[in-house]
Amino acid sequence: MKRYVYINDDESAHDLYCDNRISNRKYTVLNFIPKNLWEQFSRFMNQYFLLIACLQLWSLITPVNPASTWGPLIFIFAVSATKEAWDDYHRYLSDKKANEKEVWVVRNGIKKLIQAQDIHVGNIVWLRENDEVPCDLVLIGSSDPQGLCYIETAAMDGETDLKTRVIPSACMGIDVELLHKIKGVIECPTPNKDIRRFDANMRLFPPFIDNDICPLTIKNTVLQSCYLRNTEWACGVAVYTGNETKLGMSRGIPEPKLTAMDAMIDKLTGAIFVFQIVVVMVLGIAGNVWKDTEAKKQWYVLYPDKGPWYELLIIPLRFELLCSIMIPISIKVSLDLVKGLYAKFIDWDHRMVDLETSTPSNATNTAISEDLGQVEYILTDKTGTLTENKMIFRRCCISGIFYGNENGDALKDVELLHAVSSGSPDVVQFLTIMAICNTVIPTQSKTGDILYKAQSQDEDALVQAAAHLHMVFFNKSGNILEVKFNSSVLQYEVLETLEFTSDRKRMSLVLRDCQNGKILLLSKGADEAILPYARTGQQTRNFVEAVEQYAHLGLRTLCLAWRELREDEYREWSLMFREANSTLVDREWRVAEVCQRIEHNLEVLGVTAIEDRLQDGVPETIETLRKAGINFWMLTGDKQNTAIQIALSCNFISPEPKGQLLSIDGKTEDEVRRSLERVLLTMRITTSEPKDVAFVIDGWALDFALNHYRKAFTELAILSRTAICCRVTPSQKAQLVQILKSCDYRTLAIGDGGNDVRMIQQADIGVGISGREGLQAARAADYSIGKFRFLKRLILVHGRYSYNRTAFLSQYSFYKSLLICFIQIFFSFISGVSGTSLFNSVSLMAYNVFYTSVPVLVSVLDKDLSEETVIQHPQILFYCQAGRLLNPSTFAGWFGRSLFHAVVVFLISIHAYAYDKSEMEEVSMVALSGCIWLQAFVVAMETNSFTILQHLAIWGNLAGFYAINWIFSALPASGMYTIMFRLCRQPSYWISIFLMTAAGMSPILAIKYFRYTYRPSKINTLQQAERLGGPILSLGTIEPQPRPLIEKDVSTLSITQPKNRNPVYEPLLSDSPNATRRSSGTPFDFFQSQSRSSLPNYSRNCKDN
Amino acid sequence: MMEPHSAPTPKKYSKKPKYSKFSQQELPAWKPILTPGWVISTFTVVGIVFIPVGLASLFSSESVEEAAIRYDDKCLNEIHAQNAVAFIKSDMTNKTCTTSWTVERKMQGPIFIYYQLDNYYQNHRRYVKSRNDKQLVNPASEGDTTNCYPQDKTNGSMPIVPCGLIAWSLFNDTYKFWVNTKSLTVNKKDISWGSDRSHKFGSKVYPKNFQLGGLVGGAKLDENIPLNQQEDLIVWMRTAALPSFRKLYGKIETNLEVNDSVEIVIENNYNTYEFGGNKRLILSTATWIGGKNPFLGMAYLFVGGVSLLCAIVFILLYVIKPRPLGDPSYLSWNKNPGILK
Repeated sequence: MKRYVYINDDESAHDLYCDNRISNRKYTVLNFIPKNLWEQFSRFMNQYFLLIACLQLWSLITPVNPASTWGPLIFIFAVSATKEAWDDYHRYLSDKKANEKEVWVVRNGIKKLIQAQDIHVGNIVWLRENDEVPCDLVLIGSSDPQGLCYIETAAMDGETDLKTRVIPSACMGIDVELLHKIKGVIECPTPNKDIRRFDANMRLFPPFIDNDICPLTIKNTVLQSCYLRNTEWACGVAVYTGNETKLGMSRGIPEPKLTAMDAMIDKLTGAIFVFQIVVVMVLGIAGNVWKDTEAKKQWYVLYPDKGPWYELLIIPLRFELLCSIMIPISIKVSLDLVKGLYAKFIDWDHRMVDLETSTPSNATNTAISEDLGQVEYILTDKTGTLTENKMIFRRCCISGIFYGNENGDALKDVELLHAVSSGSPDVVQFLTIMAICNTVIPTQSKTGDILYKAQSQDEDALVQAAAHLHMVFFNKSGNILEVKFNSSVLQYEVLETLEFTSDRKRMSLVLRDCQNGKILLLSKGADEAILPYARTGQQTRNFVEAVEQYAHLGLRTLCLAWRELREDEYREWSLMFREANSTLVDREWRVAEVCQRIEHNLEVLGVTAIEDRLQDGVPETIETLRKAGINFWMLTGDKQNTAIQIALSCNFISPEPKGQLLSIDGKTEDEVRRSLERVLLTMRITTSEPKDVAFVIDGWALDFALNHYRKAFTELAILSRTAICCRVTPSQKAQLVQILKSCDYRTLAIGDGGNDVRMIQQADIGVGISGREGLQAARAADYSIGKFRFLKRLILVHGRYSYNRTAFLSQYSFYKSLLICFIQIFFSFISGVSGTSLFNSVSLMAYNVFYTSVPVLVSVLDKDLSEETVIQHPQILFYCQAGRLLNPSTFAGWFGRSLFHAVVVFLISIHAYAYDKSEMEEVSMVALSGCIWLQAFVVAMETNSFTILQHLAIWGNLAGFYAINWIFSALPASGMYTIMFRLCRQPSYWISIFLMTAAGMSPILAIKYFRYTYRPSKINTLQQAERLGGPILSLGTIEPQPRPLIEKDVSTLSITQPKNRNPVYEPLLSDSPNATRRSSGTPFDFFQSQSRSSLPNYSRNCKDN
Repeated sequence: MMEPHSAPTPKKYSKKPKYSKFSQQELPAWKPILTPGWVISTFTVVGIVFIPVGLASLFSSESVEEAAIRYDDKCLNEIHAQNAVAFIKSDMTNKTCTTSWTVERKMQGPIFIYYQLDNYYQNHRRYVKSRNDKQLVNPASEGDTTNCYPQDKTNGSMPIVPCGLIAWSLFNDTYKFWVNTKSLTVNKKDISWGSDRSHKFGSKVYPKNFQLGGLVGGAKLDENIPLNQQEDLIVWMRTAALPSFRKLYGKIETNLEVNDSVEIVIENNYNTYEFGGNKRLILSTATWIGGKNPFLGMAYLFVGGVSLLCAIVFILLYVIKPRPLGDPSYLSWNKNPGILK
């Protein structure tokens, strides 16, 4: 299937393809009611209630007025529908914002500012620097004379370095003015979600290059949600628009999420339903038997001799209706209401507002807050989530002298400034390398400022820093680089560029110093790629220490080195280099090999330290959450080493000997299998030890592991508390979430970029960081927060409270429904098993939706422990994770309690109001009052902290009960006219009520007190300690501060650290299967040292060698 | 709480949610815990309050004088005992019977006369619903006999007033009393609830077509007396919640002295033989707590006693096996850090 896009043809494509309107909406105005009703009725509970409500319309069997079910039912549906409508309206608003963003588009040959939603396939869209790309475009022009433009794809794949995109050869050299008039056709595939492929052709119509089919690749496209960077302008033809863009296609439809708690409540509801059916059957049979044996003798009942054919069904159906209140109809409304409030509490929380950007936290999904308290696995993205995604040059070490250690910023270090101004040769050379050993292109803006276009943010940071230190790289024309140092201009001619690859981990330039004609080799790279090649005799200890120290601070380090080349040495080498560059087979490896031959004997100058600062509080947050029993997995598109480094610096994994990092890698299926088995074996052995074992896997190996060894990998996933997955694609992230979910773990995925969207949607809870990579993730997520550290509060405070509150609320809802239902059942035994309702319709309805709902709703304010205590003792989250507060056994407790209370209320009512007092309405109200009093005390007993609102709701509700019933008692038309006045005047009424309360609550109080004091749960212990101000408050300090504040400790640290750093993570990675291959001799020790950190390309080639 | 460095520029606050103690979940709260002091004193107080109240209730219940005379069996002679149902259903038989009773302790007037029925399900669903409240109060709704089936219409399809099973099965035994051969007036005024007479039963609603159907249930009503004066009916229509119930028949305003011999003439009309129910005649005085019912007093004594016992047990436990509250050593993670669960 192909689509043909006619460039700049205003008419043809309008009907064929959709416009650029993005729509995440579920409903339209028209289909809202039918679709919403259909969705609501697909839930079992709602079907059940509807059935009950319909049965109640049959007056022969209904015990009460049908309004008592229809009213709440309609109310519930209205509430749900309103909520859905509200959510959908917000989705509409956010879509609208994106749709109405203004972009420049060529219309009828004129550039016009139109709304993004009006872009059609075939339109030419103009982008300016830092614009977000509104739809998928094929480039046709750029401000760059070479036709390049730079884009940031972070929102798409999470990679933050700039990518170059190039205009197709066919469009090269077309004048800017003519671009408006360009015509042609692009033949491209139908919309798909593959963001790495775009196999298409383009043919321009005359007067442009005629009949020349030009192939297009993904390099010629800019995709929706990318940003144009470092390019003044670019323009392109829209090929995919709206929901058909590659990003839109991969977005997928989010499935509605159900919390573990909802599932448990559903399960308990199911159990109650079964119980209800059993009760109905038993009572139904008993009722029919009684009818046939006894009722026929009760002449005043006038049972006909022969009833209708359905006679046998009448009594069971009556009991079904009578018992239908066992499943509380109010529970869904109550839960929806409190869940909405939990979400609001998150929105409102001042301690979760990111003050830098003044972004408050936001709960988009209002229904899953309880799940936050039950999280077992957190899958986190790295860049932008754990880090701030801002590279800043912070420190350096030049010839053994540390700069920037005192104030944390080398650029402000007086000593360095002094060294620069005094022209210390090492320092000057160091700055030169910083300034020019890169692929940065300097440009001058109109105001004369120099702007740098860098593909890597690290290089950008270095060049900027060099410029700050008066070494300004200001021009690059052809091969000539011009640098201004102080006031003198230095020129260099680039002879060769030895490019950076992630496997070589360094880049070098060979250049001629135009001042004196010397040929220089400038290198910069990772320490393990530079330090081993220092010239013999140079002491690299200083640098090793520096690297170690910086890495310890979580800084990204680069070593800078140089040497002078002899003319003949260079000539000889350059021949080899050219040859290698033109080989067809294994070119990359050949080039690397040749580069190796010249990059040795280096004069190491120093180490730079760049900070991609961890966000504030990340290590502490991870430490706290891990203490809370949550496992962390880091899924990143980044390199393995960077990932490990960040992991180390944010407490993700512990360094040896406390922690152990196992690596799974391999290039072939077999290698991966062996590696996986080895890791699994180690993991099984070490699970018993108190050791942090983590594994690291890259995307390639993960692919095999997921597709072929899913079982083994799943076992690994269960065993390992920590994992680092690097170079993973968005879909692999989602697959990993899927694996953990399939093991029945509650997963939370947190990320900030478009590449995390699928993972976020897949996970039980998706959290988006509204960060620098746009709002993609935040929009797709259930919760969006400004900073990673808020996760701690989100889980420990909001998640935990939500879980606790819902646990109470849901079980209480069942308790009160069962209570009244049991009384009805008991009453049926003394009313000839005929299905009479003791309570009247008004009471029944008000009981469920009013008397018992209001007090329990304020349980959303209850706090069992203060926030501080929870944060200090995150382990307490275990109760929520393990579901200790809502499970069949706690539910059995509530079930028993309602049974006991029903017995108490019923027996006392019928005995105290026996004989001459046994008037139906009075007995009914006595029993109802008993229920209300008991439930008020039950709520009070289960409340841990009483705010004014709780007092109001609990005791006010009790008063409200009397007020309402007095009102009803004052209405002559109501069935209970004067009843409540009569009762309240009788001493025996009050005596009975107090008796019920005392008899019902005493055993509960006694048991609770006994448990609380002699079998306390951890929560109880903490409560006691907190309230009594015991020693527990100081306990927080027993745990050492997770990370000592390092700034001052740097020097001591560097001395005490073991000196086994090269290669840095050798001990951690020694279990890698590649390690065994290390001794199989290859000519270049470079590859040996590389092979252990999983460089599959090379290992394969080494073997071939 | 707000961070100190949040500069108060309006822009910064624009997106920031409004602060309130409620939204921050920081409302001042009272956080009680179950300390031994609280719990033990609660139980003690309950015990101390409940035992005297129980004693008082029991005492007043005991001070009620009550006489219960079962007559459904007494009023059957040997001949009819074989076929009690036929006897009671027949119009021909003489159902008057006489019984006597000697006052054992002085009864202070007013003395309430109740009839008690056992095994009679006034709360049966078919029965309890079989009435129409509108018809009872409003003459205009005479024809409204919804819910009254099968006693809604006569065979000639005329609406029955009052309709329904409850009214149809109205109790129709009557009692006459002679004390020491002197006739005793039974006051049958104001035996029903005033509110029923004023608002539930109409003063302009007269019985119509009552007991004219094929089946005759209980008592007939005088068609010239409006419903709100038919107090026996009003009492009967207040259905009982229990299958064993008493209903007020009338009041004796005078005292009955010890050894007074009371002669009672009973018209034994009401059919309880068919379902094996009992009929009793009750004469009872009343106190502030109502009639004779020791249940509340006993229950109070029991609950109060158990509470005191609980208090004592908890005190003993507290003394013998004291346990410091909130001891952090109970937190497992403090015992062996690093390993959870």
